[in-house]
Amino acid sequence: MEGFMSIDIFIIILATGVRLATPFLLAALGEMFVQRSGVYNLGVEGIMMMGAFAGFFATLQQGSPLLGIIVSLAIGALMGLIMAFVSVTFKAEQGISGIGLYMFGWGLSGLLFRLYVGGVTSIDGLKPIAIPMLSDIPLIGQVLFNHNVLVYTAFLLVPLSGIVLYKTSWGLNIRAVGNKPEAADTLGVSVVKIRYQCLIVGGMLAALAGAFLTIGQANMYADNITAGRGFIAIALVYFGRWSPWGILLGSLLFSMADSFQSMVQVLGINFPYELAVILPYMVTIIALAISYGRVWAPAALGKPFERGTRG
Amino acid sequence: MVEKIKQLEMSGITKRFPGVLSNNRVNIQLEAGEVLAILGENGAGKTTLMNILYGLYQPDAGEILLNGKQVRINSPSEAIELGIGMVHQHFMLVPTLTVCENVILGLSKKFFVDLKTAAKRIKEITDTYGLAINPEAYVWQLSVGEQQRVEIIKALYRGANLLILDEPTAVLTPQESNELILLLKNMAQQGNSIILISHKLNEVMAISDRVTVLRDGVVCANVKTQETTQEELAKLMVGREMAPCRREGNYSPGKIVLELQQVHAKGDKGSEALAGVSLQIRENEILGIAGVSGNGQKELAEVIAGLRKLSSGNISLNGKDSTNMSPAEIIEQGLGYIPEDRIHVGTIPSFSIWENLILKDHHRLPFAKYSLLQNRKIMSHSSSQVEKYGIKTPDLETPTARLSGGNIQRVVLAREITRNPVALVAAYPTRGLDIGATEYLHSKLLEARSNGVGILLISEDLEELTSICDNIAVLYEGKIMKVMPVEEADERTMGLLMAGIA
Repeated sequence: MEGFMSIDIFIIILATGVRLATPFLLAALGEMFVQRSGVYNLGVEGIMMMGAFAGFFATLQQGSPLLGIIVSLAIGALMGLIMAFVSVTFKAEQGISGIGLYMFGWGLSGLLFRLYVGGVTSIDGLKPIAIPMLSDIPLIGQVLFNHNVLVYTAFLLVPLSGIVLYKTSWGLNIRAVGNKPEAADTLGVSVVKIRYQCLIVGGMLAALAGAFLTIGQANMYADNITAGRGFIAIALVYFGRWSPWGILLGSLLFSMADSFQSMVQVLGINFPYELAVILPYMVTIIALAISYGRVWAPAALGKPFERGTRG
Repeated sequence: MVEKIKQLEMSGITKRFPGVLSNNRVNIQLEAGEVLAILGENGAGKTTLMNILYGLYQPDAGEILLNGKQVRINSPSEAIELGIGMVHQHFMLVPTLTVCENVILGLSKKFFVDLKTAAKRIKEITDTYGLAINPEAYVWQLSVGEQQRVEIIKALYRGANLLILDEPTAVLTPQESNELILLLKNMAQQGNSIILISHKLNEVMAISDRVTVLRDGVVCANVKTQETTQEELAKLMVGREMAPCRREGNYSPGKIVLELQQVHAKGDKGSEALAGVSLQIRENEILGIAGVSGNGQKELAEVIAGLRKLSSGNISLNGKDSTNMSPAEIIEQGLGYIPEDRIHVGTIPSFSIWENLILKDHHRLPFAKYSLLQNRKIMSHSSSQVEKYGIKTPDLETPTARLSGGNIQRVVLAREITRNPVALVAAYPTRGLDIGATEYLHSKLLEARSNGVGILLISEDLEELTSICDNIAVLYEGKIMKVMPVEEADERTMGLLMAGIA
């Protein structure tokens, strides 16, 4: 191999980066809806773990990754519902209830795995689907159009989320509820309902992100398979300034750095691997530090909604 | 479209909150085309009554009749369906959405929002009543007066023909207030009914056909506006004769105690909020800062108090430079500060009264000795302050958060004035206070003035400024438009200056 990196490795790094962006995109887009409605859910990581296990287990039992996806979506919805119940209905401190949800998801998924599976077991996960014609384009085809269905879903969700947020009535309600819930309330928009819906959607997308790890990437389950991706996803929401395109940018930035560092290790590229390993995190921290601004945050973020008690 | 409201009657309305009887068998009546003013001090129960009509609260007793039929209004959306619209005192607009989005919020039942059709209907409404507004503008870009118009449009768009306005002119310039009065009259003439909640006598006199006066949750009068006078209403509202505070004695200023030279400072959003402000305040002087809020008042108070950095310019306090010093150093040099947000900046809400009273002196004698708080000294000081300033509280341990706005202001005032400042900055000290509390505050400011304190009074209430100030400066977009003796400051001149017309 001449020089630093050959073109083949470059393509592999890019394609892997696109694939690795998937869980971040799914989880962060879900969290974006949650935060846009004025709640922050720190339990994303726990939901991802549950989704990862549920997807894995259903696939293992029935041999159908599609069923795995459906089951994990259902589990995610349920986890979102729990978060909504605690933080919206009971108005618990959101940071604490989120951490609680994270630990709950971690503990339960680990427990279930030990109870019903036990050791390393591999499954037949999702297969890459090469998109006809498009995947034949040199370079781009390999990088973008030869992935499994969850990768495509995640990337399609970017423009879709934008449309939902900015063009639909539901999106308008979400933006209103997250910025000035009192105003939405006086106009008959139910703050509670919107926040429930967002938490459920956010939960489903987080679980899907988890399922991607088991049935779309590793084809197995291991304890702590999410490895902090749920927390990174939350950081990416801030980095992306609560916009789908910003989140796309952040996810790609992080996953490309991640892909690069794993290639450095696997292929023995001439680059100090100690540096490479910290690269994704460095990139995130630096990007957060220079981009973070409270100005873009939904104004009611983190504040439980209560109607005034006295006028 | 629902039946038009020809007649509204609320009868026997009673609403109890923990510890307070907010409305006690209140009756009001209203006919189409009429403007009814509900007058009362803060805490008299006006807003509660209207929140009941708007479905935000349920009454404990009493009924609401629309066109003679009894109705139950369980939520704002039910009120809207019946044709009742409300313009809240604190606008219920989402700043990050456009005018159009705000107007149709909650109405759009289709999957995609149809902003085009909405914009067209908004234009129809604005044309009917002569309300100019750009539907595509974001609400945060609009002036307060424009935001209020959006609120009115929002109600009309929903088919409201009974409009409730809660203290509508509190935040407007005199010109904007006049425009609003004309608009409301026009709307009433076209057959709409209007209920106006207010504690401002002049606006009640100017707009309403009839006045219902509330005091301590009870209706104490119901009169035709034409058959009453401002004085009579004031007496009814407060329950005693009022003697408005006036500046007395000659204007005999001493040496300069606070001076600003070409002060520039940035606002929270990073744009220039103060653009070269120069002012002088002398002993025995109250200098008023007039202007629509948001023109640099907040920043002005903060740079003087050391809470905001100057980007250039100088401030000197009591003859010594205080530019960009820390708040502690500035306090030490003798500045008193009554902040705009009296609850969160003026006090620590969860702290008790005695703690708040010694906030600026807790570290030194007589309140602390060898870093230990001297309880007995503090308590005797605090109880004498509570007595002297008439702070109504169960005991000294009560957190200030539980006091009323007027009493919190008394705590702040007691702390700031007792420290014998050379200069005092008071930002909107009477905002939201009722007549009684306002009167008290004015008397205390005047007392401080006669004791030699130089006072900078920031206010948007022209009556307040002209009644107690010696000089008035008008602030517009971070610049002082003009400084003039109070005798030259009539409403028209100031109104124009406040709108940036020199």
